Order: sequence, then structure tokens, then C-alpha cells
Amino acid sequence: MADTIILEVERFHPERDTEPSYQSFEVPLRADWMVLDALNYIKDQLDGSLTFRWSCRMGICGSCGMMINGVPKLTCETLLTNFAPGPVRVGPLDHFPVVKDLVVEMDDFMAKLQKVRPWIVRKDDFEPQREFIQTPAQLEAFHQFSLCINCTLCYAACPVSGLDSNFIGPAAIALAHRYNLDSRDQGQEDRLDIISQHEGIWDCTVVGECSVVCPKGVDPSLAIQQYKLTATKEWFKSFLLPRGKN
Amino acid sequence: MPDRSEVRTDNGSENAVETSAHDILIIGGGGAGLRAAIEIAEVNPKLSVAMVSKVYPMRSHTVSAEGGAAGVAGKDDTLDDHCYDTISGSDWLGDQDAIEYFVDTVPKELLRLEHWGCPWSREPDGRVAVRPFGGMKKMRTWFASDKTGFHMLHTLFQTSLQFPSITRYDETFATRLLVEDGAIRGIVAIELRTGKIRAIQAKAVIICTGGCGRVFPFTTNANICTGDGMALAYQAGAPLKDMEMVQYHPTGLPFTGILITEAARAEGGWLLNKDGYRFLQDYDLGKPTPTPVLRSMELGPRDRVSQAIFGEFEKGRAFHGPYGDYVHLDLRHLGEHKIEARLPMVRELCLKYENIDPIKEPIPIRPVQHYMMGGVHTDINAATPLKGLYAAGEAACVSINGANRLGSNSLGEILVYGARAGRSAMQYIEGADGRTLQSAILTQAADEERRLEQQYLRKTGGTERIAKLRDEMSHTMETGCGIYRERNSLVESANKISELKGRYANVAIDDHTRTFNTQLTSALELGFMLEVADTIVHSALNREESRGAHQRRDFPKRDDNKYLAHSVVSRSAEGPPRIEYLPVVITRWPPGERVYGR
Repeated sequence: MADTIILEVERFHPERDTEPSYQSFEVPLRADWMVLDALNYIKDQLDGSLTFRWSCRMGICGSCGMMINGVPKLTCETLLTNFAPGPVRVGPLDHFPVVKDLVVEMDDFMAKLQKVRPWIVRKDDFEPQREFIQTPAQLEAFHQFSLCINCTLCYAACPVSGLDSNFIGPAAIALAHRYNLDSRDQGQEDRLDIISQHEGIWDCTVVGECSVVCPKGVDPSLAIQQYKLTATKEWFKSFLLPRGKN
Repeated sequence: MPDRSEVRTDNGSENAVETSAHDILIIGGGGAGLRAAIEIAEVNPKLSVAMVSKVYPMRSHTVSAEGGAAGVAGKDDTLDDHCYDTISGSDWLGDQDAIEYFVDTVPKELLRLEHWGCPWSREPDGRVAVRPFGGMKKMRTWFASDKTGFHMLHTLFQTSLQFPSITRYDETFATRLLVEDGAIRGIVAIELRTGKIRAIQAKAVIICTGGCGRVFPFTTNANICTGDGMALAYQAGAPLKDMEMVQYHPTGLPFTGILITEAARAEGGWLLNKDGYRFLQDYDLGKPTPTPVLRSMELGPRDRVSQAIFGEFEKGRAFHGPYGDYVHLDLRHLGEHKIEARLPMVRELCLKYENIDPIKEPIPIRPVQHYMMGGVHTDINAATPLKGLYAAGEAACVSINGANRLGSNSLGEILVYGARAGRSAMQYIEGADGRTLQSAILTQAADEERRLEQQYLRKTGGTERIAKLRDEMSHTMETGCGIYRERNSLVESANKISELKGRYANVAIDDHTRTFNTQLTSALELGFMLEVADTIVHSALNREESRGAHQRRDFPKRDDNKYLAHSVVSRSAEGPPRIEYLPVVITRWPPGERVYGR
């Protein structure tokens, strides 16, 4: 194995550039290095202006998602040697406006998260003295959807998000679903209105790219299909029971 | 809706600083900061709360906590038991009034989190489950598999989204506290995306910026844990406390320093040396048994277990690897089912970062810097001596952790003292003077903007690379101020830090642009870390005894006559930091021997 590898890193500086371009850096190819270690090597030793987000370097904070050879991945858990002999291309996540180099704008995603009301909604104002009883099976019902780290790799992979930025998108729908399925929550109806308002959800095919790229084993595609089913049922109900609320 | 009033105030200078104003400003969006914000928003929705964080809140380092949060739950457990475990765990350096309040309040806080949707692991009957943890003599650690911090942080963040009175300044980096007429008046911060420097005014400020693990080379801490809030408070005149008390977690992965949770031992994992021998029995931690015994062997406190592993290194009974010595954490006898159900993240991390499967192979581990018991000096109300300034969580030292924190006490602490800091700040601003000091504040803010421009953004010709200074700093901290210290090593480190502070003035900046300038923030973080490192080394040098995590080879015994006291360190205009001592608060538990496994 060669002892170095070329990283082709996408550069874009809004104060200077009109178009992004690629810059090549030669970095050590070490067996235990992740792509993030190579980026840090560049920043520390070669070019201090290279800009990217990272923090926990253990796949849980969700900061360091980028396109690696065209596939959205967390750079902190993607081995550099997977791409030997290289070169390997690193770019900012697809479908997001670029702020600088590998940093993308998160505003739209943050707004979408808030929009699905991701908190426990109680219609009856009941607050038990102790914990809500929730059996392991009831926990299991929503657990996988609670594992989303908001890394937004699924947005970078989602063909619908690419075409229509109004689509509320995989992670936000999975999060809504997480609360809907939680036995402590009573806010399903509110969230249904928010999500089915926009037609994006109906454009989602069963491609499931979102679930494939998820680094945490969440299945947003399943959440979306289940949502469609519920929304369809509600839609029919609204004809059968015009006053709607049962 | 409270205002985020975007007033562009021209104060006559060429640098008109953009300002906004809030009632209470929180620096840091991790567990403590979010809990404080929610407390204020719930109790008084009319108050405007600003949350300033250098990362999006859900990226905060709370996310990496794994094992759980301790709070008395079972019928066979008592508040006094939890107090005693915490006090003896702290080697009697924890303040007992603060510990009693913590222990009494934490079950209510954990319950509140349950009502907010935290996916706590459950018993078959649907009640919240608890697990054993190091140094705890009862099972009282609530957990959400082994991603407890992640779930707590996301639950808090998502819950906070329903409160319109909380205004977030995401990816905004605080550079200075504004103090005028003896009280806090706000902060200066850089909005990363635009590079704009703004003054954010507030009647009270709460520091919730977490720890400073990045001062050390081998740490479980995230890249963001650079002691910003500790340094900001210290530079503004608020003292730090017990900074020599640095926790090493026994089980980090070699090279990365990634944490393998203590829950791995709580579920029954063994620590083995190169001969496959459960060596903790040689370190006064009890006798080996097939299944875990509370407060014994692998369930000993972190300081003692880390010191024992270090002892094996010194005796030559460890493995030698490319990243130094290590021992084994063996989970194989737990079986696939238990590992998958209770420790899925441990397996995930081992597979991804070490390419080993803990179901089939033992995990190589070594002690790794993990937590700061020390921090911004506060009283039991989370108040610092600087009027209007509060602190909570790892950034603060209240102190419930003393000389050694017990695993699973920190996730509870961020809730209990986060909420208390919020309430204290609310009380304070009711009585705070309403005088506006607009012009004085804006002058200070303009000064700060000029400083950032001159020292960093427009500076050319610097020759010291950030990474080089950072490496030299962390190296001297490990060699001189690690698990074991002594006068000579500490003096050497103190001199080195002093030298690095001098060289820092000549730091090289390649990026002179405004947009998302992470080289600028790295340089500022390095400045904060050097400041904090200086306080750690000098506090360690001054404490001539061994207690908890602070082990002096030249003073191997605990000395209650001289040092049953907190180190309180203040910045002096010139020369080394000034250190004073503050007696520990003892309520019902006089100092005694720490007994584990017998």
C-alpha cells in the first residue's frame, strides 16, 4: 500500500469565488485514519483556511457529514484506506447551499425540525406523579426513530429533497413519527396536518436512499410510507365523517 | 415575542458594533444550558432568553455521554446512600450541602425528562430501569441503552423548541464577557457564518460551556471542549475552583481516545492484564467474583481503577501497542444478547474504530482524560462571585464532584444545577439595577472588535502554527500533570505553558476572511486552553497532598489538616495565577477512609 493518498477537496469561498473548484492535497495514508483525520491533517499542516465542521469524532454529534466520492457519509467513521489508492473526492453535502468549502447552510433543516413539533404533546394535561408506564415493546415501537443524529445525510441522498426544497424531508418526518409512535404522546393529529400539507410526501417513491445512507440504522423511508398510509386513511375518514374529529 | 432587536448603534467610532438585548443569556447549548433555558421559559415566559452556542445545540458534547444518570429510584435505596457514595467518591472534597441538594433533586429531574419523552430503558412492567455503576452501592443509574447523553440532549433540545421566548444564536462564538460597574452586562461574540462581531447585552449570563479535555492529548472529549467558558469567566475576574482535579476514565480506545462506557463493567465486563488476570484485586478493590458486586473490583471509582491500570503499565504487566500500553476489557462472557441489548454503542464503536467485535474479542483500553471536576467557582445557587454571572455543568464547580466524580453523576448534575442556575438568574434580574450602561458597554465591545481585528484577522507574519502550539501544550499537560504528578514535572509544565503563552502572541493565521473562519476560532480556543492549562498546573503544584484524581508522588497521602479545602484560583495581572483555599462544606459525613471491595 502506498503511504500517501490524494484528497481532492471542494473549495468555495463566497467572498472570492463564483464557482466551487477542487484542490488536491497529498496526505499520509494511515491504516487507522478516517477521512476526518486527513482533513484535519490538511488544516493543521498544509492549509489552515480549509473549512469544515466536526466535533465528537465518534459518530454521534452529527456534524461532519460530507460527500465522499459522491456518497453522503460521516467523515469521522469512514476509513481513508477504503479509497486507496485514491484519489478520493470530498465535497459538501448535496442539496444544501454551501457557506464555505465543506460547510453547508442548516437553517432550512433546523426550521423543518421545529415545524414537526418534536416534543411530547398532551391533550389531556395529565402528568403522572411517577413515570409514564411504557413497556419494552412500547419503547421498541418508536426506538429506532429516536436514534437520528440530525446529520442530514438523508437529505443529501434524497431525490425529492434535491428537486423540491419545500419537502419536509426524511429526518424531520422520522422525528415526527418518533413522537407519534411514543405511547406518552397525543400530538399525532397536529403533526399529520403539518406533514401532509405539502405534497412532497406523495412524491417520495420507495427508493429508500435515505435509509441506505443513514449511519444510525434509522429507516426514514419506512416512516414516510407509514405516514402516507395514515394520511390516506384520514383523508378517507374526512369524507365519511365530514365533521372530521372523532 | 421577545425581541432580538437588531439595533445598529453608531457610538461614534468607525467600528459600529451590532447589538441585541435579552434578559438572560446562556453560553452553551448542551444539557446544562438547555435545562436552564427551559426552566426560565417555563417559569416566566415573558423573559427573553438568549442561547449562544458555537455549535448547533444537538452537537454539544452531552451527546457523547453513554452510561447513564444516577438518581435514587428503588425501594431499597436511600438519599443518604447516594450522598455517602458521592462524598466518599469525591474523597471528601465535595461540598455536602451541594451534594444533598443534588441527590434530593435529581430523581425529580430525571422524572421530568421522562415526561418530556426521554426514551429511558424499561423493566418488563414498564417502569424505568436502573443499572449498577462505579462507586455506587445501590443500583440507581437510569439509562437509555448506552446512548444516555445523546437521548437526554435530543430530548432537551426538542423540548426547548416549543418555547418562543428562547432565541438561539447558533454557531456563535463568545469571545469576551462584558463587565461594567462590577456586574455582568452581556457578551461579545462572533457570528460564524458572517464573521460579524456583535455585542449581545443581558442582565445575567449563565456559563454552560462544558469541559476542557482538549487541553490534554488523549481525551474522550470532543473537539469543541476547549474550556471557553472557564477562560471567559476567569478573564472577567471570576475565579476557578479545584482545577487540579482532572478525571481519567479507565476505559478509552487507544489512538482515538473514544470512550467505552463504564456500563460495560456495570453489566459484568472484566479488566484483564496481559496474563488474563483480573488485576484490580491487587489494588485494594476487592476480590474477583463471576458477577459484578457493587462498589468492588470493576465497579470501583474511576480514580482508583485508572490508577490501578497505570500501576499495571509500570509493572510491565500490560500489552504494548503502537499508541502505548493497554490492558483488556473483556465482555465476551456477557454474550451477544446482553451486549446487543445493553451495550449496542460499545459494539458499534469497537467495530468501527478498532475493527474488533467485543462479542468475540477483548477490547484494548487505556485510561483517558475524561472530565474536569474543577471549573468556574460557584456557590450552591450556581452563582459566581461576579454579580449576574452563573455557571452550571462541567464548566462549573459547585462542587458535588470534589476530587473524583462518580460515573453517572454528571448527567444528573447538568439538570439539577442547570435548572437552579436558571432560577437564580431569574431572581437576580428582578433586583438588578436597571441602569443602562449602553455607551460604556458599546465602547468595550468596540475595543473587543478592534482586538480581534488586530491580533487575528488582520495580523500577518505570525510564525507559530496553531497545531504545533496545541500539541506542545497537550504534551506537557500529559507528561507533567497526568494521572501521577510531582513537583518537578509540574514546575516543568508550568514553565512550558508560560513559554507557550508567550509564543501564542505570534500565532500564524492564514485565513483573513470573515465567513466561517474556523482558523480564527481555533486560535481563540487555543488562547482559552492555554489560560485554563495554566490554572490546572498551578493548582496541582500548590496542592501538596494526594486526594482522589490528584496523585502527587512526592506527597502520597491525603492531608485533611491542610487540604480539606477547595483551591480557588484567580487571575493576576502579572505573574502566575493566585491561589487561595476555601474550606469544604461538611454537613453530616466527617472525613473518613474510602473503602471499596471490603
